[in-house]
Amino acid sequence: MDRARREVGGTKEPGAASADAAPVPGPGRVPGQGESRRATVVRLALMALPLAFFGLFFAYPVAAIVGRGLKTDTGWQFDRFGEVLARPDIADVLWFTTWQALASTVLTLLIALPGAYVFARFEFPGKQLLRAVVTVPFVLPTVVVGTAFLALLGRGGLLDETAGVRLDTTVWAILLAHVFFNYAVIVRTVGGLWAQLDPRQEEAARVLGAGRFAAWRKVTLPALAPAVAAASLMVFLFTFSSFGVVLILGGPAYSTLEVEVYRQTAQLLDLSTAAVLTMVQFAAIGAILALHAWTVRRRETALRLVDPGRTTHRPRGWAQRTLLGGVLLTVGLLIVAPLAVLVERSFDTPGGYGLGFYRALQDAGAGGGTFLVPPLEAIWNSLQYALAATAIALVIGGLAAAALTRRGGRFVRGFDAMLMLPLGVSAVTVGFGFLITLDEPPLDLRTSWILVPLAQALVGVPFVVRTMLPVLRAVDGRLREAAAVLGASPLRAWREVDLPLVRRALLIAAGFAFAVSLGEFGATVFIARPDQPTLPVAVARLLGRAGELNYGQAMALSTILMLVCAVSLLVLERLRPDKTSGEF
Amino acid sequence: MTLLQLDGVSVRFGERAVVDAVDLAVAEHETVCVLGPSGSGKSTLLRVVAGLQQVSGGRVLLGGADQAGVPVHRRGVGLMFQDHQLFPHRDVGANVSFGLRMRGGGRASYAARVAELLELVGLPGAQGRAVASLSGGEQQRVALARALAPSPRLLMLDEPLGQLDRGLRERLVVELRGLFSRLGTTVLAVTHDQGEAFALADRVVVMRDGRIAQAGTPLEVWQRPASEFVARFLGFENVVPATVTGAVAATAWGKVPVPAGSPEGEQRLLIRPAGVVLCEAGLRCEVVSRTFRGTHVALLLRPEGGPVLEAECGLAGAPATGDRVAVSFAPAEVVVLPPGGC
Repeated sequence: MDRARREVGGTKEPGAASADAAPVPGPGRVPGQGESRRATVVRLALMALPLAFFGLFFAYPVAAIVGRGLKTDTGWQFDRFGEVLARPDIADVLWFTTWQALASTVLTLLIALPGAYVFARFEFPGKQLLRAVVTVPFVLPTVVVGTAFLALLGRGGLLDETAGVRLDTTVWAILLAHVFFNYAVIVRTVGGLWAQLDPRQEEAARVLGAGRFAAWRKVTLPALAPAVAAASLMVFLFTFSSFGVVLILGGPAYSTLEVEVYRQTAQLLDLSTAAVLTMVQFAAIGAILALHAWTVRRRETALRLVDPGRTTHRPRGWAQRTLLGGVLLTVGLLIVAPLAVLVERSFDTPGGYGLGFYRALQDAGAGGGTFLVPPLEAIWNSLQYALAATAIALVIGGLAAAALTRRGGRFVRGFDAMLMLPLGVSAVTVGFGFLITLDEPPLDLRTSWILVPLAQALVGVPFVVRTMLPVLRAVDGRLREAAAVLGASPLRAWREVDLPLVRRALLIAAGFAFAVSLGEFGATVFIARPDQPTLPVAVARLLGRAGELNYGQAMALSTILMLVCAVSLLVLERLRPDKTSGEF
Repeated sequence: MTLLQLDGVSVRFGERAVVDAVDLAVAEHETVCVLGPSGSGKSTLLRVVAGLQQVSGGRVLLGGADQAGVPVHRRGVGLMFQDHQLFPHRDVGANVSFGLRMRGGGRASYAARVAELLELVGLPGAQGRAVASLSGGEQQRVALARALAPSPRLLMLDEPLGQLDRGLRERLVVELRGLFSRLGTTVLAVTHDQGEAFALADRVVVMRDGRIAQAGTPLEVWQRPASEFVARFLGFENVVPATVTGAVAATAWGKVPVPAGSPEGEQRLLIRPAGVVLCEAGLRCEVVSRTFRGTHVALLLRPEGGPVLEAECGLAGAPATGDRVAVSFAPAEVVVLPPGGC
């Protein structure tokens, strides 16, 4: 289809504005000197704010932490790298981190791709609710998920009681928890694009003699490939730097780099080993991102996107019904079951089922002096922080994505990779870095509320960029030209053409940013003020204390967090574009 | 008065000149059609005038003012894209009113204008329809209404009827011509279809490899193609080398009478199919194929000597495939092509 359109387009491909990645050098592809200079200026202007943001709130704190770990009075101690990496226990950590991340990614793809298809193409009752349900895990604090899986698969857990099987000492618990977490990443990123692919293109391939599978492989898969690659990359990054899940389910046997950094920092106070490991993780993530950039470079092509409402239909025939049933069953077992156990525990008070744990949340003293304020206030704090973080992430990520849409050289690709780094760098390091760098003039943010949203936005930006970029690049540059000929200035053309077309992606991006901000834990736990805890921080504090009341309250608060997320996501799902712009 | 003037406009992509030193003037209220095969640079010419394509050399003047440095949205021209490029996220009304909104003004003022334009293009009351629900012909009409809405001083059409079926195309050509003369619009269109160009234009400009091969009224171009390229592009195949002496040319098909005053010597000769007349005695040919064309029958003949020959004859008494016939040539349909190889 893409090729067909390119031929129809003939010599009319736009110059610099083209999002098309045709390898054929068409006439419109070589912009004049003036054009390219103007494009560079625009790109630099768009990149300025994201660059400043990352420099100040990411590079600087991380560099400061590494400096503190590796620099002594006698200078830099780079020989620490050799010492640390030569240790067999560290080598084990490296090996485990890598293969579990790979296994988790493959497993997530295998399990979630059918789900992405079902959500993209099938219409069934309760679809919106289910879409929100599969997204909830993504925003739960890792600590809570770890605990929920422990309750499901661990000693005395549901599986132990019913089948006598325990998985908490095996790597399967970690892998399943990772799938639980990342199911939504695939369903939303891949499924979102899939829903907008025109099914008639597969039909065209069928008519040309391709079998059902061949048509999918030759037509749909290549169109989806950039989204699949982007989503897989996200899953790999998350699982590579997995923290809470491995901390709880891995026990002493399994440890990822991130867990090891945390142990070295918080438990062993060995800052130099932590710094070495942070650098190793940083380098590994950098290498993965470079590889990713190299493989998917220029794969995004101009797709003809259609209204997702027109591509869905009720499942037909036994094969489609079985597929839908299988996906529903998977979601039920993998996602609903752990959440159900979580909810069940929140009501399971010593005196039978009741609201006891929830009532206790209104009382500041309930945590045995853990809190200065009633834990319930954490809900309001979390919402405010997450909203601010979402706004920041949308501005920074939106500008960055707009800059990246305009194709450029190596510099731009480096910028692309840089935006992804916060996902791979230890959140513990970032949070700790904030504390030691942003506490003195000219940037004394220690007492400012903005510190938490800034840290959370850092994790949100990559989502915004990854979600926006494929759609932004797929917008046909000639629509922009049509607007310009009709009298729209470049800015106006962007507002009138690009923005409405990407609004859906923008909403998805906002949802993601909001969700990760709500659930962010590693950095927030370091910088949230004691009298203004967020929900995940409050949960962790409660879990950290012994006693059934604290455990129950943690479950109750997690349930509330889960509900807050579900409600926010449902609202987002409802925020469909109005009738006149119903195309996207 | 000249509205659009191109002075030696060139566009180069690397080494290749897509538009090569083109001079062109379009007068007010005139409809000019640029005709050429794909890759001849005609679409690039439109993009240059719109400001979507930078020139490598030359000047573009609109109303006498040099357009260098004037951005696309300030040129006040309209462009109808080949594949329409309607905004998929807006309904028909919002597409048509887009250009009006860009110029400001109240919503109420352009609602009337949108209704008027949709009426004009034959889609009254279509304001609320989704773009995706339109057929190809309807999309084309909406694209036209959208381009006309801001009353551009110059309206440019890129293959305006290219994707439509034939019946619709023929009807729309007539409608467009009527519309443009009624509105007094100045139009610059490009097409690869000579029928479309001849029906639409006051003046036709034939392009080849970025250069202008011939310019003139449709009748001039049709009757006196300026070169073998133009002749062949117009669909004429009967072109042979000839030696002209007085009123007769010697060709592979034998002696052919030429119009009085034709240049003498080694020339190339075009015989339009209508000039190949079936007769009792003359050049003997075998009928290779016959194609019914509605008003006449097109014959492909293989003469005893020389290349195949295209001929036309009436419906009655048309020979069958395989028949042996004889032809002579009518001087009125014979053109001695100017040299130059272009």
